[in-house]
Amino acid sequence: MSELAKKSRPQFRNIHVTQLVHYRLPAAGVMSILHRISGAGMFLTLPIVLLFFDWSITSELSYARLMEVFDFTIVKLLLCGLAWAFLHHLLAGIRHLVSDMHIGLAKEQSAAWGKGVLIGGVALSVLAWLKIFGVF
Amino acid sequence: MSGTSDSVQNNIGPKRLVVGAHYGLRDWLAQRVTATVIGTYAVVLFISALLAPEPGYGGWAGLFAATWMKVFTLLALLALIYHAWVGVRDIWMDYVKPVGVRLALQIFTILWLVGCGVWAVEILWRV
Repeated sequence: MSELAKKSRPQFRNIHVTQLVHYRLPAAGVMSILHRISGAGMFLTLPIVLLFFDWSITSELSYARLMEVFDFTIVKLLLCGLAWAFLHHLLAGIRHLVSDMHIGLAKEQSAAWGKGVLIGGVALSVLAWLKIFGVF
Repeated sequence: MSGTSDSVQNNIGPKRLVVGAHYGLRDWLAQRVTATVIGTYAVVLFISALLAPEPGYGGWAGLFAATWMKVFTLLALLALIYHAWVGVRDIWMDYVKPVGVRLALQIFTILWLVGCGVWAVEILWRV
Protein backbone atom coordinates (compact mmCIF):
# COMPACT_ATOMS: atom_id res chain seq x y z
CA MET A 1 0.00 0.00 0.00
CA SER A 2 1.31 3.46 -0.81
CA GLU A 3 1.76 6.27 1.72
CA LEU A 4 -1.11 8.11 0.09
CA ALA A 5 -3.65 5.43 0.81
CA LYS A 6 -2.73 5.21 4.49
CA LYS A 7 -3.37 8.87 5.24
CA SER A 8 -6.50 9.44 7.26
CA ARG A 9 -8.84 11.69 5.37
CA PRO A 10 -12.09 13.32 6.40
CA GLN A 11 -15.03 11.29 5.21
CA PHE A 12 -18.18 12.91 3.90
CA ARG A 13 -20.92 10.33 3.93
CA ASN A 14 -24.63 10.59 3.32
CA ILE A 15 -26.46 11.79 6.38
CA HIS A 16 -28.00 9.13 8.53
CA VAL A 17 -31.77 8.62 8.61
CA THR A 18 -31.93 9.78 12.23
CA GLN A 19 -30.37 13.12 11.26
CA LEU A 20 -32.97 13.86 8.61
CA VAL A 21 -35.29 15.88 10.86
CA HIS A 22 -32.47 18.20 11.95
CA TYR A 23 -31.38 18.82 8.40
CA ARG A 24 -32.69 22.05 6.88
CA LEU A 25 -33.42 21.18 3.28
CA PRO A 26 -33.84 24.13 0.89
CA ALA A 27 -36.95 24.34 -1.29
CA ALA A 28 -35.14 22.81 -4.26
CA GLY A 29 -34.12 19.91 -2.03
CA VAL A 30 -37.68 19.35 -0.83
CA MET A 31 -38.88 19.48 -4.42
CA SER A 32 -36.19 16.99 -5.44
CA ILE A 33 -36.83 14.40 -2.73
CA LEU A 34 -40.57 14.67 -3.40
CA HIS A 35 -39.81 13.99 -7.08
CA ARG A 36 -38.30 10.71 -5.94
CA ILE A 37 -41.00 9.91 -3.38
CA SER A 38 -43.82 10.65 -5.84
CA GLY A 39 -42.13 8.40 -8.41
CA ALA A 40 -41.73 5.57 -5.92
CA GLY A 41 -45.36 5.99 -4.87
CA MET A 42 -46.60 5.73 -8.44
CA PHE A 43 -44.38 2.69 -9.01
CA LEU A 44 -45.92 0.93 -6.01
CA THR A 45 -49.52 1.86 -6.87
CA LEU A 46 -49.22 0.97 -10.56
CA PRO A 47 -51.22 -2.27 -10.15
CA ILE A 48 -54.04 -0.34 -8.44
CA VAL A 49 -54.14 2.14 -11.32
CA LEU A 50 -54.18 -0.76 -13.80
CA LEU A 51 -57.02 -2.38 -11.86
CA PHE A 52 -59.01 0.86 -12.03
CA PHE A 53 -58.21 1.13 -15.74
CA ASP A 54 -59.31 -2.48 -16.24
CA TRP A 55 -62.68 -1.82 -14.58
CA SER A 56 -63.11 1.48 -16.39
CA ILE A 57 -62.97 0.02 -19.90
CA THR A 58 -63.98 -3.64 -19.60
CA SER A 59 -67.76 -3.23 -19.51
CA GLU A 60 -70.63 -0.94 -18.60
CA LEU A 61 -71.07 -3.02 -15.45
CA SER A 62 -67.44 -2.86 -14.31
CA TYR A 63 -67.45 0.89 -15.06
CA ALA A 64 -70.44 1.34 -12.78
CA ARG A 65 -68.69 -0.70 -10.10
CA LEU A 66 -65.61 1.49 -10.38
CA MET A 67 -67.74 4.61 -9.93
CA GLU A 68 -69.10 3.06 -6.72
CA VAL A 69 -65.55 2.33 -5.53
CA PHE A 70 -64.66 5.95 -6.27
CA ASP A 71 -67.35 7.02 -3.80
CA PHE A 72 -65.30 5.73 -0.86
CA THR A 73 -63.45 8.58 0.85
CA ILE A 74 -60.31 6.46 1.26
CA VAL A 75 -60.27 5.83 -2.50
CA LYS A 76 -60.83 9.53 -3.17
CA LEU A 77 -57.84 10.31 -0.96
CA LEU A 78 -55.75 7.76 -2.86
CA LEU A 79 -56.77 9.42 -6.14
CA CYS A 80 -55.91 12.83 -4.68
CA GLY A 81 -52.48 11.52 -3.70
CA LEU A 82 -51.90 10.01 -7.13
CA ALA A 83 -52.99 13.23 -8.84
CA TRP A 84 -50.48 15.22 -6.79
CA ALA A 85 -47.74 12.61 -7.32
CA PHE A 86 -48.24 12.71 -11.08
CA LEU A 87 -48.40 16.50 -11.33
CA HIS A 88 -45.44 17.13 -9.02
CA HIS A 89 -43.39 14.47 -10.81
CA LEU A 90 -44.32 15.99 -14.18
CA LEU A 91 -43.34 19.53 -13.19
CA ALA A 92 -40.12 18.40 -11.48
CA GLY A 93 -39.34 16.41 -14.63
CA ILE A 94 -39.90 19.44 -16.84
CA ARG A 95 -37.49 21.32 -14.58
CA HIS A 96 -34.90 18.62 -15.31
CA LEU A 97 -35.38 19.04 -19.06
CA VAL A 98 -34.98 22.82 -18.75
CA SER A 99 -31.89 22.38 -16.55
CA ASP A 100 -30.42 20.09 -19.20
CA MET A 101 -30.49 23.09 -21.52
CA HIS A 102 -28.41 24.97 -18.93
CA ILE A 103 -31.28 27.30 -18.14
CA GLY A 104 -31.93 28.45 -14.58
CA LEU A 105 -28.92 26.85 -12.93
CA ALA A 106 -27.89 29.80 -10.73
CA LYS A 107 -28.36 29.56 -6.98
CA GLU A 108 -31.31 31.97 -6.73
CA GLN A 109 -32.99 30.47 -9.79
CA SER A 110 -32.58 27.02 -8.32
CA ALA A 111 -34.45 28.10 -5.20
CA ALA A 112 -37.14 29.67 -7.38
CA TRP A 113 -37.49 26.39 -9.29
CA GLY A 114 -37.92 24.55 -6.01
CA LYS A 115 -40.69 26.82 -4.79
CA GLY A 116 -42.26 27.09 -8.25
CA VAL A 117 -42.52 23.33 -8.75
CA LEU A 118 -43.78 22.76 -5.19
CA ILE A 119 -46.45 25.45 -5.47
CA GLY A 120 -47.33 24.62 -9.08
CA GLY A 121 -47.76 20.95 -8.23
CA VAL A 122 -50.09 21.69 -5.35
CA ALA A 123 -51.99 24.37 -7.31
CA LEU A 124 -52.71 22.00 -10.20
CA SER A 125 -53.51 19.26 -7.68
CA VAL A 126 -56.14 21.44 -6.02
CA LEU A 127 -58.02 21.51 -9.33
CA ALA A 128 -57.82 17.71 -9.52
CA TRP A 129 -58.86 17.38 -5.85
CA LEU A 130 -61.91 19.57 -6.38
CA LYS A 131 -62.86 17.41 -9.37
CA ILE A 132 -62.31 14.18 -7.41
CA PHE A 133 -64.55 15.40 -4.58
CA GLY A 134 -67.17 16.47 -7.11
CA VAL A 135 -67.03 20.22 -6.49
CA PHE A 136 -67.28 20.79 -10.24
CA MET B 1 2.23 -7.04 -9.54
CA SER B 2 2.80 -7.59 -13.22
CA GLY B 3 0.84 -4.49 -14.04
CA THR B 4 2.32 -3.83 -17.41
CA SER B 5 -0.57 -5.16 -19.44
CA ASP B 6 -2.43 -3.09 -22.04
CA SER B 7 -5.38 -2.58 -19.75
CA VAL B 8 -3.29 -0.60 -17.33
CA GLN B 9 -1.41 1.42 -19.91
CA ASN B 10 -4.54 2.38 -21.84
CA ASN B 11 -6.54 3.42 -18.79
CA ILE B 12 -4.99 6.86 -18.68
CA GLY B 13 -6.58 10.26 -19.21
CA PRO B 14 -9.81 10.29 -21.21
CA LYS B 15 -9.61 6.51 -21.69
CA ARG B 16 -9.69 5.88 -17.96
CA LEU B 17 -12.31 3.35 -16.95
CA VAL B 18 -14.44 5.15 -14.37
CA VAL B 19 -17.30 2.71 -13.91
CA GLY B 20 -17.99 -0.75 -15.15
CA ALA B 21 -21.23 -0.76 -17.02
CA HIS B 22 -21.26 2.53 -18.95
CA TYR B 23 -25.01 2.88 -18.73
CA GLY B 24 -24.99 6.32 -17.13
CA LEU B 25 -25.48 8.36 -20.31
CA ARG B 26 -27.82 5.82 -21.87
CA ASP B 27 -30.11 5.82 -18.83
CA TRP B 28 -29.93 9.60 -18.50
CA LEU B 29 -31.10 9.93 -22.11
CA ALA B 30 -33.66 7.13 -21.85
CA GLN B 31 -35.14 8.77 -18.76
CA ARG B 32 -35.77 11.95 -20.75
CA VAL B 33 -37.06 10.28 -23.91
CA THR B 34 -39.45 8.01 -22.00
CA ALA B 35 -40.61 10.95 -19.85
CA THR B 36 -41.45 12.92 -23.00
CA VAL B 37 -43.46 9.99 -24.39
CA ILE B 38 -45.38 9.59 -21.11
CA GLY B 39 -46.00 13.33 -20.80
CA THR B 40 -47.22 13.61 -24.39
CA TYR B 41 -49.50 10.61 -23.92
CA ALA B 42 -50.93 12.10 -20.72
CA VAL B 43 -51.78 15.35 -22.49
CA VAL B 44 -53.33 13.53 -25.49
CA LEU B 45 -55.37 11.28 -23.20
CA PHE B 46 -56.53 14.22 -21.08
CA ILE B 47 -57.67 16.24 -24.09
CA SER B 48 -59.27 13.18 -25.74
CA ALA B 49 -61.21 12.45 -22.55
CA LEU B 50 -62.40 16.07 -22.37
CA LEU B 51 -63.53 15.95 -26.01
CA ALA B 52 -65.16 12.50 -25.75
CA PRO B 53 -68.41 12.43 -27.76
CA GLU B 54 -70.44 11.13 -24.83
CA PRO B 55 -70.00 11.14 -21.04
CA GLY B 56 -69.58 7.98 -18.97
CA TYR B 57 -68.53 4.52 -20.07
CA GLY B 58 -69.29 4.84 -23.78
CA GLY B 59 -67.10 7.85 -24.42
CA TRP B 60 -64.26 6.62 -22.21
CA ALA B 61 -64.08 3.04 -23.49
CA GLY B 62 -64.58 4.34 -27.03
CA LEU B 63 -61.27 6.18 -26.77
CA PHE B 64 -59.43 2.87 -26.48
CA ALA B 65 -61.37 1.10 -29.23
CA ALA B 66 -59.19 2.64 -31.95
CA THR B 67 -56.04 0.69 -32.76
CA TRP B 68 -53.85 3.82 -32.78
CA MET B 69 -54.95 4.58 -29.19
CA LYS B 70 -54.25 0.99 -28.09
CA VAL B 71 -50.78 1.20 -29.64
CA PHE B 72 -50.11 4.68 -28.23
CA THR B 73 -51.25 3.53 -24.79
CA LEU B 74 -48.99 0.50 -24.96
CA LEU B 75 -46.03 2.58 -26.15
CA ALA B 76 -46.57 4.99 -23.26
CA LEU B 77 -46.75 2.05 -20.89
CA LEU B 78 -43.53 0.52 -22.22
CA ALA B 79 -41.92 3.95 -21.80
CA LEU B 80 -43.31 4.08 -18.26
CA ILE B 81 -41.89 0.64 -17.46
CA TYR B 82 -38.41 1.59 -18.63
CA HIS B 83 -38.67 4.99 -16.92
CA ALA B 84 -39.75 3.40 -13.65
CA TRP B 85 -36.97 0.80 -13.90
CA VAL B 86 -34.29 3.48 -14.22
CA GLY B 87 -35.81 5.58 -11.43
CA VAL B 88 -36.47 2.78 -8.97
CA ARG B 89 -33.07 1.21 -9.61
CA ASP B 90 -31.53 4.60 -8.79
CA ILE B 91 -33.34 4.48 -5.45
CA TRP B 92 -32.00 1.00 -4.66
CA MET B 93 -28.47 2.01 -5.73
CA ASP B 94 -28.60 5.11 -3.52
CA TYR B 95 -29.99 3.61 -0.33
CA VAL B 96 -29.47 -0.16 -0.38
CA LYS B 97 -25.84 -1.15 -0.07
CA PRO B 98 -25.85 -4.93 0.65
CA VAL B 99 -25.52 -6.57 -2.77
CA GLY B 100 -27.88 -9.46 -2.02
CA VAL B 101 -30.70 -7.25 -0.80
CA ARG B 102 -30.19 -4.87 -3.70
CA LEU B 103 -30.31 -7.73 -6.21
CA ALA B 104 -33.50 -9.07 -4.64
CA LEU B 105 -35.13 -5.63 -4.83
CA GLN B 106 -34.04 -5.20 -8.44
CA ILE B 107 -35.49 -8.59 -9.36
CA PHE B 108 -38.73 -7.63 -7.57
CA THR B 109 -38.79 -4.35 -9.51
CA ILE B 110 -38.39 -6.08 -12.87
CA LEU B 111 -41.03 -8.71 -12.10
CA TRP B 112 -43.42 -6.03 -10.80
CA LEU B 113 -43.02 -3.86 -13.91
CA VAL B 114 -43.07 -6.65 -16.49
CA GLY B 115 -46.09 -8.16 -14.73
CA CYS B 116 -47.88 -4.80 -14.99
CA GLY B 117 -46.95 -4.59 -18.67
CA VAL B 118 -48.34 -8.03 -19.49
CA TRP B 119 -51.52 -7.27 -17.58
CA ALA B 120 -51.93 -3.97 -19.45
CA VAL B 121 -51.68 -5.74 -22.82
CA GLU B 122 -54.36 -8.15 -21.72
CA ILE B 123 -56.64 -5.27 -20.59
CA LEU B 124 -56.12 -3.17 -23.71
CA TRP B 125 -56.79 -5.90 -26.25
CA ARG B 126 -59.88 -7.10 -24.43
CA VAL B 127 -61.78 -3.94 -25.33
